[in-house]
Amino acid sequence: MSDPNPDQRTADEVSVEAQQLLPQLVAHLREHRATLRDAWVGRIRDAHLLEAMTPQEMAAETTSVYDNYVEVLETGSVEALQHYARDLSERIIPRGVETHEVVGIVLLLRDVLARSLFEKYQGDVALLNHVLDAYEPAANRIANTVAVSFVDERERVIRQQQDAIRELSTPVLPVRERLLILPIIGVLDSERAKQLTVQLLGGIRTHRAKVVVIDITGAPDVDQTVANHLVQTVDASRLMGASVIITGLSPTIAQTLVTIGVDLSKMNTIGDLQGGLEEAERLLGYHVSRKEVTDGS
Amino acid sequence: MSSGPALVSILRQGDILVASVHTALDDAEMVRFQEDLVEQIGQYRARGVIIDVAALDVIDSFAANTLRSIADIARLRGAHTVIVGIQPDVAFAMVSLGMGLAGVTTALDLEEGLAHLAGIRAGTRSGPSGG
Repeated sequence: MSDPNPDQRTADEVSVEAQQLLPQLVAHLREHRATLRDAWVGRIRDAHLLEAMTPQEMAAETTSVYDNYVEVLETGSVEALQHYARDLSERIIPRGVETHEVVGIVLLLRDVLARSLFEKYQGDVALLNHVLDAYEPAANRIANTVAVSFVDERERVIRQQQDAIRELSTPVLPVRERLLILPIIGVLDSERAKQLTVQLLGGIRTHRAKVVVIDITGAPDVDQTVANHLVQTVDASRLMGASVIITGLSPTIAQTLVTIGVDLSKMNTIGDLQGGLEEAERLLGYHVSRKEVTDGS
Repeated sequence: MSSGPALVSILRQGDILVASVHTALDDAEMVRFQEDLVEQIGQYRARGVIIDVAALDVIDSFAANTLRSIADIARLRGAHTVIVGIQPDVAFAMVSLGMGLAGVTTALDLEEGLAHLAGIRAGTRSGPSGG
């Protein structure tokens, strides 16, 4: 029974017909693999995408993307493609390939393949309709998968870099045996304050520190949460047997702390880093003196 | 009052008692530890007590209070107490929960604790820590 009006078919019928057409479609794409791939590469070059890649890399990558693409059309399994897209992103992200380029090339491939299908089936509009029913959802799914994998990978890289920056932003520096300095530069939010505490307590343990000087000359502002966190850090350090000296409280921060009523009675604060170091040396029993240079003339 | 084998080894080194807590203690065991320790302070005429809690992953409020009581009782019995070996995350958790052990001397590890007690005996406070 034939039904010339596609609008009256049910979704099930469409999907069954699409299933039957897929092998035919895949066979067509495999047969014209070389031509279509070259057409695609030409389009990519015209659009000035992936210019970071050499022609050899481009040929290798486009071939494998093409094969993966056709395979996903055939099997409907996006898992392999997801895996491939992740690998690909891992390789090309460090080379500075942008999201729009990746999405762009996948959409170009989709376009090139669709045009070739149009050409093949243009004599029979009803059949062309069925072919597109089969092709479009699969192609959309592929474009979606590749874009999502790429963005995921980029976010993973960004997260990794953020972790690295965070770790580097609160250095714990041993200056003398049992004496650590912790300079804080930049805005201290509660996330960073927490990071600071973890690093400091770890540092006390590793370096067997007895005195820690926290210098906040470089911190522009301190709010109540952060101030309380500092107080807790001081207490926790004490539990590990180290005493903390805070230096470099700017006039503004000092006024803020008093105004918001943070209990600073347990904090040992000294004006500047130099004074803090001198106090720390006193606590540790160091005596630093300058060697007198006797000048003969 | 106490029964069964002791869960905390209390060793005597001169006039210093060293108590190592090896496993997490429940409340009853904590009380038992307190009683044993206080009794031995008198028995051995100890002048210093070191409690090593390095093996503990968690110090709850009861344990923290007991440690503070031990320090207070020991002081009344003539011994100075140092708590040593509090782990970094345990320290931060205790402070976050408001159990800062104020007034109790703390040190990094056994060695530091012994040095601190030696400093007290020599008449100078060696460690900057402590309340």
